[in-house]
Amino acid sequence: MGLRARARRTKEAPVSKVIVITSGKGGVGKTTTSANIATGIALCGHKTVAIDFDVGLRNLDLVMGCERRVVYDLVNVTKGEAKLVQALIRDKRVENLYVLPASQTRDKDALDFEGVGQVIDELKALGFEYIICDSPAGIEKGAQMAMYFADEAIVVTNPEVSSVRDSDRVIGLLNSKTSRAETGDAIQIHLLLTRYAPLQVAKGEMLSVEDVLELLGIPFLGVIPESKAVLMASNKGTPVILDETAEVAQAYLDVVYRFLGEDRPHRFIHEEKKGFLRRLFG
Amino acid sequence: MRLLDFFRRPQNTASIAKDRLQIIVARERAATRHAPDYLPRLQQELLQVIAKYEKIDIGQVTVNVDRSGGCEVLELNIVLGGDVDDGKRRAPAIKPALAR
Repeated sequence: MGLRARARRTKEAPVSKVIVITSGKGGVGKTTTSANIATGIALCGHKTVAIDFDVGLRNLDLVMGCERRVVYDLVNVTKGEAKLVQALIRDKRVENLYVLPASQTRDKDALDFEGVGQVIDELKALGFEYIICDSPAGIEKGAQMAMYFADEAIVVTNPEVSSVRDSDRVIGLLNSKTSRAETGDAIQIHLLLTRYAPLQVAKGEMLSVEDVLELLGIPFLGVIPESKAVLMASNKGTPVILDETAEVAQAYLDVVYRFLGEDRPHRFIHEEKKGFLRRLFG
Repeated sequence: MRLLDFFRRPQNTASIAKDRLQIIVARERAATRHAPDYLPRLQQELLQVIAKYEKIDIGQVTVNVDRSGGCEVLELNIVLGGDVDDGKRRAPAIKPALAR
């Protein structure tokens, strides 16, 4: 189904959903995932905003290619120094896509739960269907702020010991330190395994999807294969999901469709068997 | 490459990683998940009470909260000292380190 057809089909129910992209460990692909999932959901016709919660170390603007258009930021809005609509940056490539940048100059404690809650309520009132919260690394206040209002969480994990351990800690926090956990409502948690290298898994050099699922015990959203295209895309400030030729773009699209409730078979988990000639010339 | 290395099967490090993670994740879950915030304080206060009456070794005390089925079990495990004396003994000072 084409994106346009899908857009028409899914336009009926504008219910706001807050999604946190989190991981505990840094450098696993939270910002890349936030940028690509937000872009993918917007491509499907949903009004979407990606919020950068990494105060002092903002990067979502760079990955999304709007760094030169930042005037006001999330902290300005929570402190009443700017209106929300002044801080929202509209994406030039994808309709329905907006970025709310983090402050680069403020202290990381500049955010407070009340202010962030108000911003999220206001975004809902503006008709945003998906509010993607890009969490900072760690499990301190900044990360807890990003997850507090979430209805669903995508835990980004690399098939690597420290990332898996940190993800487990974060899952514990999601189940205890979020608004939903406090009111007894379960938060829906999904596992996204990034930087996956099927060839290394086949050789017994890397934890497999099954291993990580068994260890973490949360529902599986998909795999994003390790890919050079991700770095090249961030060099350009274009989310890789827009580069239709890249395998990793397909992987992110699959994940977006799956997240929106479509049944998509899992791909990129096993190394594709190459024939003799493809191995020579491929 | 040496000839012998060529025939040797490479070590499956992924399974080592999995085994190590299974142990550490289970241990950290027990320590952090399900544990209410007041647990360290409760542990300290309980110890102060018990220490008034019994000589106890702080290292030999564990407090745990377990969840099985729908019920929560607060488990307090204290190894009591061997020699019971005249009762005039002062309670051992609780080390502040315990209060975490």
